[in-house]
Amino acid sequence: MKHVVRIPGPLRSYTQDAAQVQASGDTLVELLAALDRAHPGMRFRIIDEQDRIRPHIRIFVNTREMPTLATPLAAGDEVHLICALSGG
Amino acid sequence: MSNTLWIGTRKGAFTLRSDMQRRSWRLAGPQFLGHIVHHVVQDPRDPRHLVMAAKTGHLGPTIYTSADRGRHWQEAKTPPAFRKAREGEAPRAVERNFWLSPAHASQPGLWYAGTAPAGLFRSEDHGQNWQPVSGFNDHAMFSKWASGQRTPDGELLHSISVDPRDARHLYLAISIGGIFESLDGGADWAPLNEGVAADWLPDPTTEYGHDPHCLIVHPQQPDRLYHQNHCGIYRLDRPSRRWQRIGDNMPKKIGDIGFPVVAHPREPDTLFVFPMDGSKVWPRTAIDGKPAVYRSRNGGRSWQRLDRGLPRKQAWFTVLRQAMCSDATSKLGLYFGTTHGEVWASSNGGDSWRCIARHLPEIYSVTHAS
Repeated sequence: MKHVVRIPGPLRSYTQDAAQVQASGDTLVELLAALDRAHPGMRFRIIDEQDRIRPHIRIFVNTREMPTLATPLAAGDEVHLICALSGG
Repeated sequence: MSNTLWIGTRKGAFTLRSDMQRRSWRLAGPQFLGHIVHHVVQDPRDPRHLVMAAKTGHLGPTIYTSADRGRHWQEAKTPPAFRKAREGEAPRAVERNFWLSPAHASQPGLWYAGTAPAGLFRSEDHGQNWQPVSGFNDHAMFSKWASGQRTPDGELLHSISVDPRDARHLYLAISIGGIFESLDGGADWAPLNEGVAADWLPDPTTEYGHDPHCLIVHPQQPDRLYHQNHCGIYRLDRPSRRWQRIGDNMPKKIGDIGFPVVAHPREPDTLFVFPMDGSKVWPRTAIDGKPAVYRSRNGGRSWQRLDRGLPRKQAWFTVLRQAMCSDATSKLGLYFGTTHGEVWASSNGGDSWRCIARHLPEIYSVTHAS
């Protein structure tokens, strides 16, 4: 199923400046893989090589923060990629 | 023919360009504004190619490469990354790409990268795809050599150096961890720290665990190595394995603490350092606010203060390990970038200095490109 994904400013170099894209997946794992196929390189900037969400990134499904990628997605879910504060 | 300096800063990359006379410099940039750029290095084997180590505050680390002298850049397809952790292992993830070194002249396109936390990586395609060097990253002693002792910027693997006579003879340094040598292209490694002080450790004769800040192998006399350590300035003449503390010959009120060390490209006995204040709480500033380069022309047996043109007082910057370099001209050009965003240049081997750029972000690296 397809989901709306909100893209923060620091990642828009991967989406040709689009603030919102669509990606398919039944879980966050699948959705991030689909995002990376469509926008190569994006996943590694937010997920490390051990499949952990990077320290200054947060992922929300609708209004709930997801601490891990093992999250099933339901029809109509909207995914927000958030860049958290990281200093000056 | 022109001179180019690539300036890596906390907020992006800049260039300074001059003609061969080096009278005036033109600043351009920033490129990748807002990115933390630790190193930008031109390939001496093919000057069209450059590699840049970058990240942003929020996003994970990556590498950018250029095949047209820095006019256009593309992101690496596979940036440096550790292999997946096996069961029971502590997972490792690259936090920043810190150091870039081209490999041997006989290995076009081959590069090495050092990361924080400590990791060694290689690319065979000008930096587009990177693989871990398992001979180091998975060495049976790795967890001892790179034990996770973090400097303020993390545990840094740097100063990857290749013997110009032998592509398989490699050196690297970890801050904190020590200096290590490989004779087989990186398949196996051994510590090379004999004679180096580690004042803060309970066992000062330890085999590893030292804090080298910058290591260089002289390009024309590769048996001559220098290194600036957290605990002094050292020289090693191979095949000896015992470092000599040539920093003991510095003036006592200056001491021998600093980050960078630069060798004269044609005179193995000539080297340059930028001392900083390593007293008491380690202010890491120019000593007494009076910055100076120190030069030795006899392999560290004596040193000469070089401060003509530099601020005479109240200048509290320092120079980080990648932020000092030379060019290769007959009247040697020397350059350093400061933590306060200034670039200083000498066109007479350090005898006098002038500021060629100011008001840049904190400078992490200055490298020369032709």
